[in-house]
Amino acid sequence: MRAWTLIRFYTVFVYIFMFAPIAVVLILAFNKAEFASFPMTGFSLRWFERLFNDPTIMRAFRTSLTLGLMVSAISTTLGVMASIALVRYEFRGKDLMTTFLISPVLVPETVMAVGLLIFLRYLHMPRSFGLLLLGHSILALPFVVLVVQARLVGIKREYEEAARSLGANPLQTFFSVTLPLLLPAVFAGALFAFTISFDNITATLFWRPSGMETVPTQIFGMLRNSISPEINALGFVMISVTAGVPLLAGGLARYFGRKNRARHPTRSLT
Amino acid sequence: MALEVAKFDKRPWVLLSPALVTITALVVIPMAFMLAYSFYLNVDLAVDKPAFQFGNWIEIATDKYYYVAIWKTFRLSMIVTLLAAILGYVPAYFIAMTRFRHKWMLLLLLIMPFWISFIIRTLSWIHILGHDGAINSLLLYLGVIRHPMDMMYNQYTVIVGFIHVFLPYMILNIYVSLDGIDRNLEPAARTLGATGWQAFREVTLPLSLPGLGAGCLLVFVLTAGSYVTPLILGGPNDFLFGNLIYDAIITELNWPMGAALSITLLVLLGVVVIVYSRLMGLRQLAKAFA
Repeated sequence: MRAWTLIRFYTVFVYIFMFAPIAVVLILAFNKAEFASFPMTGFSLRWFERLFNDPTIMRAFRTSLTLGLMVSAISTTLGVMASIALVRYEFRGKDLMTTFLISPVLVPETVMAVGLLIFLRYLHMPRSFGLLLLGHSILALPFVVLVVQARLVGIKREYEEAARSLGANPLQTFFSVTLPLLLPAVFAGALFAFTISFDNITATLFWRPSGMETVPTQIFGMLRNSISPEINALGFVMISVTAGVPLLAGGLARYFGRKNRARHPTRSLT
Repeated sequence: MALEVAKFDKRPWVLLSPALVTITALVVIPMAFMLAYSFYLNVDLAVDKPAFQFGNWIEIATDKYYYVAIWKTFRLSMIVTLLAAILGYVPAYFIAMTRFRHKWMLLLLLIMPFWISFIIRTLSWIHILGHDGAINSLLLYLGVIRHPMDMMYNQYTVIVGFIHVFLPYMILNIYVSLDGIDRNLEPAARTLGATGWQAFREVTLPLSLPGLGAGCLLVFVLTAGSYVTPLILGGPNDFLFGNLIYDAIITELNWPMGAALSITLLVLLGVVVIVYSRLMGLRQLAKAFA
């Protein structure tokens, strides 16, 4: 079994490669020194304090947050509707439609960014928050469709049919049976869309109007000078938002799932 | 029954239409418009007029600069893809085959990078390889070197940055493929006299090729379309084709040229995707999300 030991070490090495740099950012966020890098001179929260008192960064944060939430709402609505159509109905051209909805993933983001920018300028819509909103939504949509579709396949139709046969009308069925079953999928899609928007820089650099910064473009701008320790603190906050929320949500879902199963043991059989 | 089949069901189309309209209006039409726009004439900074002239295209076809950029992009994307495949296959294999009870944790960690900001992950390498980075500090502290080494802002750091960001896509795709393989096949090959390595090479590896292929395609296309990583981790000569587009639009304000370059990139990568889909099909790509 020596080969297996080697494989295990290799895997550990790759995981270290993936996470050590991130860990370093998280640690350096608490560095006391004036410089963004090593050596660590002590523990301090001063960079967080500096961060929360920096009006430009706070504005960027608000922009990113607003944008992310709106993008999430738009692309999740469109994506969930499309996914229901693709999973629940049989119709001609279904495969073609699936491919069409997913295909923007294969268009390089740079190209997509330039295309939308030029086209909307031609329609006299210059760079604006609106352009970012439309653009991010279209970037997120295919991923929402992929994620939601994957979750929807697992929901059995029998529940809805049972509700219908017990006399519920289609609307009642949707709101009291389908939607609750759908919620985890909707939530997963919404979270994914939010992260895509919140994290985007490639297209955002093309689309943002001058003077408007999202968190990633703000960091990008800050990098041009020298790396200030504030960036590490900002990185810490960003990672807490984008990785912390899904982890927490997943943990809660697990916790409540277990509790529910404990209360209704038979449910776990279905 | 026959009647019911013949009846046209509107509902899926009603549900689909918002997404279809959005993609058509914001992706398909802009792409077509960009093609037309690439024939426009650039008059001055950010000023252009409608025209049908081949100036931009002739420049792309004749200026060696663009060929260099295409070659550089192709070469770098190949290197990144290859290294990511080599780095990614083994962990994917480990996760798929391990009997470790907390396998879900390994999978969760694999998805984690998707939740972590791309720009933070990219700039984190400055803390590792930079002048005052972890490696230099450690070696200085140990007395191995007297002066910090210059390791940053070259094509190697760009490659490392790309691999770091795209590796999870690779591992996830390979894992999905490996996980779908019947567990009895390798032992069966073993009982028929194959060594462990032979069983892997003759059975498991061929069956995992769809995932490996999907991972490679994704990493290649994502790398070849990037421009931000070289700006953060590269030196002045480490530009990719995407950087030319960025420069044309943002710095030179020559938008028709930017459109022509974008179409070029789209077509080049489109060819890669089409060749791939003829060979392997695109279905595998969606599986990683399930």
